[in-house]
Amino acid sequence: MDLGQINPLLLLASLMVAATPILLAAIGEAVVEKSGVLNLGVEGMMITGAVVGFAIGVTTGAPSIGFVAAAVAGAALSMLFGVLVLYLKSNQVATGLGLTLFGLGLSALIGKPYEGIKAPTMAKWEIPLLSDIPVLGPIMFRHDPMVYVSLIIVALTWYVLTRTRAGLILRGVGENHNAAHALGYKVIRVRLMAIAFGGACAGMGGAYISLVRVPQWVEGMTAGAGWIALAIVVFASWRPWRVLLGAYLFGGISVLQLNLQAAGVPIPVEILAMSPYLITILVLVVISLRGNHGAPGSLGREFHATH
Amino acid sequence: MTGDMRQGDALMTLEGLTKAYPGVVANDQVSFSLLPGEVHALLGENGAGKSTLVKMIYGLVKPDAGQMTLNGTDFTPVNPAAARAAGVAMVFQHFSLFDALSVAENIALGMDNPPNTRELAGRIREVSQAYGLPLDPDRIVGDLSAGERQRVEIIRCLLQNPKLLIMDEPTSVLTPQEVEILFKTLRKLTSEGTSILYISHKLEEIRALCEHATILRLGVVVDTCDPREKSARELAELMVGDTLHVPSRDPAEPGEVALSLSGVSMPSPSEFGTDLRNVSLEVRKGEVLGIGGVAGNGQDELLAVISGEARAREGSITLAGDEINILSPSARRARGLLTAPEERLGHSAAPEMSLTENALLTGSVREKLVDRGFLRWNKTEKFARRIIEAFDVRTPGPDNAAGSLSGGNLQKFVIGREVLQNPDVLVVNQPTWGVDAAAAASIRQSLLDLAHKGAAVIVISQDLDELMEISDRFTALNEGRLARPVSTQGLSVEEIGLMMGGAESDEVAA
Repeated sequence: MDLGQINPLLLLASLMVAATPILLAAIGEAVVEKSGVLNLGVEGMMITGAVVGFAIGVTTGAPSIGFVAAAVAGAALSMLFGVLVLYLKSNQVATGLGLTLFGLGLSALIGKPYEGIKAPTMAKWEIPLLSDIPVLGPIMFRHDPMVYVSLIIVALTWYVLTRTRAGLILRGVGENHNAAHALGYKVIRVRLMAIAFGGACAGMGGAYISLVRVPQWVEGMTAGAGWIALAIVVFASWRPWRVLLGAYLFGGISVLQLNLQAAGVPIPVEILAMSPYLITILVLVVISLRGNHGAPGSLGREFHATH
Repeated sequence: MTGDMRQGDALMTLEGLTKAYPGVVANDQVSFSLLPGEVHALLGENGAGKSTLVKMIYGLVKPDAGQMTLNGTDFTPVNPAAARAAGVAMVFQHFSLFDALSVAENIALGMDNPPNTRELAGRIREVSQAYGLPLDPDRIVGDLSAGERQRVEIIRCLLQNPKLLIMDEPTSVLTPQEVEILFKTLRKLTSEGTSILYISHKLEEIRALCEHATILRLGVVVDTCDPREKSARELAELMVGDTLHVPSRDPAEPGEVALSLSGVSMPSPSEFGTDLRNVSLEVRKGEVLGIGGVAGNGQDELLAVISGEARAREGSITLAGDEINILSPSARRARGLLTAPEERLGHSAAPEMSLTENALLTGSVREKLVDRGFLRWNKTEKFARRIIEAFDVRTPGPDNAAGSLSGGNLQKFVIGREVLQNPDVLVVNQPTWGVDAAAAASIRQSLLDLAHKGAAVIVISQDLDELMEISDRFTALNEGRLARPVSTQGLSVEEIGLMMGGAESDEVAA
């Protein structure tokens, strides 16, 4: 065992990369849930984004186009969910689970021809000046653009939700859809837009796994990241900055346990491998012991216009 | 018709408004007009079409036929925003506040072009001072009392300088003092030229406040009158279209203590609920104890701790002298303590299940509807039929789903189900909430009859007139504390108000 071979700078830098897919999916889902809809299909939208992003990225040779395609694919899949849940009033939990299963199957079908191919690499952006700061520079400012995009999305989400009228309406719709309807807001339209945003974010999160992290296409490669994203939304009490904290915490433990495995720490590999999930469960238990803070009032409830 | 004479200088006229839903005509050729600066009452029983009518004026529902004018020009709001822009504002009975958002955010959501947060907070303070409705813009609405919540709604409307303010059952959740404050505000508004369309079941209030009344029955305007010239009873009979039966009873000597709570405290199981604090009460055989108070002051929690849905953290609950705090709800039922909670759909009845199945749910123990784990459907159905007959529940039969009944009929069923099980102690919460006058009278009569037969009855209600009518002793819940019960005889409205207001009385006086 040699803990000395773990480089803390490298660890922190790879933490950001490891956390980005979950961060993207979780911030999208946070917005969806803030509007009062529980979409359990995050995993399905992520894996669809992963395969579509990879396929388009490989075909065009441009990962950025791959990401755009992944966002579109995730949003398109989420619209299927949106129509079923909002217009046909299907059960949100069952439909979300169905969406996950559907996404896993669809991605396997689309992905067959792309197995064993390597993705085009995405150039890192070394932010001028900032990347030269000692210690902080290599950790924070020498990443691929998507890491920054994900951070910008978190900041924008926070700003829109807390500082703008559009965000207030979205929160109002999620808090009490009957009241929002009585005041004349278009509950279904607001929710449809939130679901599309959530789908696009989940799609990009998936594509980050297949285009940057791994980077190739393997069937079922999201491996539960969508479910972790759902847990992080609860962990974060539906607040954007806490979503970031939760995603980076989970990412950090994932990277750390890999490093610990490599360093030969005398803890069974199985326990190390399960540690990020174990800690997520523990944190969720602790949080729910303190009460269900900040859950939108209409979350998961079916909306019927009363006239 | 008075409507024709009044039309010339009217603020708003309705002409032949008709709206039909599948199977029912909610409004049939409704016409009347509103003068500037008047308080106009809209009277009618549940299902008379009052809500549909105001929703059409507020742009939430489109009429099938008919016209409206506002200030002499055609008025056809396509949505609430259009109605608000034209100067029509509405205070809803419920459903229109957002618990987790602040007062300022709630108000901003009800405006079409709200100013920025700081400016809005300033205007909220300004308007709330001007109308004597103190309100802090930064507080979270979920933490406010019912009266304060209503202030939020009213100020939301006032900020838009409405020409017409629609109020749907505004006083059902207020203490008498809060009602006084509200009436002062409304009179100030009308003196400034705003018209008010006022919906309420409380006829005395309408007589005190309104200059004109339009009475709806089954969607049709059946009469108009000046409510100041009618008695409450005459108004009620105009609404019902029949003579009204007033509950009566023979006073009986109360017997021994049937149920007693002493020093009961319990944290509320729900997030915006109220904790019970050191609640003590006694109810004797043959007496009706009325518990008043504004909703959300611990009523649901009190019922839960008595029924056994929740356990008291401290204190003791005894039934006929035996401690029952550790007993489950069905064990308490077996011993003769029955309860009927407030929420008809989902708490006291399962909406999707038939009346027979609902009869089984609370009747299984005392009516012996279960035999060695098997359900005795024949006996259960007979029990359901007995309830339907004895309580005049209007339904095609016991196989109908509970949710298909109207509120009044389901409430009669829910109360009847408990009364017919011959309880020693019956606790009911809001027995006549949202129930029309005739059904309410028959429910009250059945509770009185039950007490007369020797049962102890606790009625938790927000309707003070109801409590004054049927209870022997009165007490009130305020922020989870129970006032000391006093005899109903000779109790004044001021005393009741103080009991309901508790510690809040300073603020009310302000």
